[in-house]
Amino acid sequence: MRNTLAIAGRELRAYFHSPIAYLIIAAYSVVCGFFFYNITAEYVVESFRMQSMGGGMGMPSMSINEIIIRSLFEGVLTVVLLFLIPLITMRLYAEEKRSGTIELLLTSPLTDFQIIMGKFLGAFALYAILIVITFLYVGILFIYGNPAAKPLLAVALGILLFGAALLALGMWISTFTKNQIIAGGVSFGVFLLLYVFNWVSAYSTSPMGRILAYLSLTTHFDNFAKGVIELKDLIYYLSVIALGLFLTARSVEALKGRAS
Amino acid sequence: MIEVEGLTKRYGPTLAVNDVSFTVQKGEILGFLGPNGAGKTTTMRVITGFLFPTSGRVRVAGFDVGTESLEAKKHIGYLPETPPVYPDMTVSEYLAFAARIKGVARGDIKKRVGDVSERCAIGDVQRRQIGKLSKGYRQRVGLAQALVHSPDVLILDEPTAGLDPKQIIETRELIKSFAGDHTVILSTHILPEVSKTCQRVLVISGGQVVAEGAPDELVRRLQGYEDIVLIVEGPAPEIIDKLQRITGVNVVEPREAAGTQVTLEVHAEKGHDVRADLAQTVVESGWKLFELKTGGLSLEDIFLKLTTKDLSEAQESAPSPALDIS
Ligand SMILES: Nc1ncnc2c1ncn2[C@@H]1O[C@H](COP(=O)(O)OP(=O)(O)O)[C@@H](O)[C@H]1O
Ligand SMILES: [Mg+2]
Repeated sequence: MRNTLAIAGRELRAYFHSPIAYLIIAAYSVVCGFFFYNITAEYVVESFRMQSMGGGMGMPSMSINEIIIRSLFEGVLTVVLLFLIPLITMRLYAEEKRSGTIELLLTSPLTDFQIIMGKFLGAFALYAILIVITFLYVGILFIYGNPAAKPLLAVALGILLFGAALLALGMWISTFTKNQIIAGGVSFGVFLLLYVFNWVSAYSTSPMGRILAYLSLTTHFDNFAKGVIELKDLIYYLSVIALGLFLTARSVEALKGRAS
Repeated sequence: MIEVEGLTKRYGPTLAVNDVSFTVQKGEILGFLGPNGAGKTTTMRVITGFLFPTSGRVRVAGFDVGTESLEAKKHIGYLPETPPVYPDMTVSEYLAFAARIKGVARGDIKKRVGDVSERCAIGDVQRRQIGKLSKGYRQRVGLAQALVHSPDVLILDEPTAGLDPKQIIETRELIKSFAGDHTVILSTHILPEVSKTCQRVLVISGGQVVAEGAPDELVRRLQGYEDIVLIVEGPAPEIIDKLQRITGVNVVEPREAAGTQVTLEVHAEKGHDVRADLAQTVVESGWKLFELKTGGLSLEDIFLKLTTKDLSEAQESAPSPALDIS
């Protein structure tokens, strides 16, 4: 545990020693804020219109959670994260391979699992900062409105799992190259593909379509976005995370020359 | 302290290390000498557990690097060819990190970092970012990293490569000061380096150990193979024939002929000084002697000779007295 935390701490520090962390946080804050403002403004206008037309009820018939939270997270942030997560994961192994520091890590008395978990946690910590920022925006809704708090927990859990799954896959991809740009580019391509599976499934009811829909990272976010935690979604994300970590371990073994 | 047994490593079709075996005693400084591509780095990477061998076994401090790798790694300090430093960290941050992941107890980290910094003369740059340091300093930070957990065994891959002459001397002194406390393997492709630092040398070429011994012993035995160059005026076949009969002369080879003068290369047996006999024979036969000099191979020449052979030659010559130093 101590070793894992040492690695995680160094990873997190490395993000903040370079412009990358600030760049990611700044870009995310601006984009997230922009969409949050737009979606909220639209909601306010809509609900006034509905109120004046429908009258009587005194309450907007659309819930804040349903409209704002769901469109923000499911419609926008999942896509934004497809772009940003490769920026977080691209350096994890690629940079160590380029600079030769991987020789320090792999010859220290650490297990591969400790190193992998350390890197994963370091990357996840930076990602968690982005999610905290998101919920600062969401917090504004509590000042002016009355959103249900419990479903928000499901949304938070969902977006953390969604990100963690991408982080694990991105880390795996970064083991294959010394070049961060390639690692980032390929990760983005793979993420996009996993995202697009969702569209295919919308047009197809064939078994293949259903399989693709099942594999799609975003279909499983749908329930979380609605504030519902379903076991099958939980299992899906946890499996993807475990798969990413496992593939990373396999790939590190292969780097050491054991063809397994 | 280090036992390597039948170590073989392939990269796909490339055979980088071919059935290498040796042992290193406690406190000894062993040099790997060989040209680029000989397999020195690969051997070191297997010893340190960075690479798995294709076959063979390595034990360090009694632990099998393959099956008890964590225990073995605790006893190894490793300085790779490029110092494994994080340019964004300061020297003290980096050494503290290295100490932590190498299992130095939390309370001892500060003291250990201070000790190795002093030993490697990097006390004055503790708060500087490693990326902004000179090559010499980065190398010493790498060395400090290898020492930080007081390992029994130090593996240093070309520790003086890329340093200026002053830094090279300092680094060699530092390495020599490790002898006794630490068992050291260092690699180099520069022959004088091993004679200055190591007690024993393995000459590696084409992934195999082609010679082994103390550096001066190695040099002496190799130099015992006398090479003489003669320039004589006269009938070449007759000269060669006559010189060949002198006791102690192994071979006479014509090297070039310019007009009536021929240049000959004479190889004498070890320990036989045939120069006077050569001169006498030439003069008494009525030929003209223009030049006679020993082919006095420099250390580098010997080394080149030893390691530029292809694999089959190396295998052939390994049992010959000239190369079988062990
Ligand atoms: N990662 C690798 N992949 C493929 N071939 C390699 C790799 N590393 C080294 N080699 C090859 O193995 C041989 C030995 O290399 P190396 O151990 O680096 O030698 P040295 O350190 O003595 O210069 C060389 O022919 C080199 O090209
Ligand atoms: Mg090398």
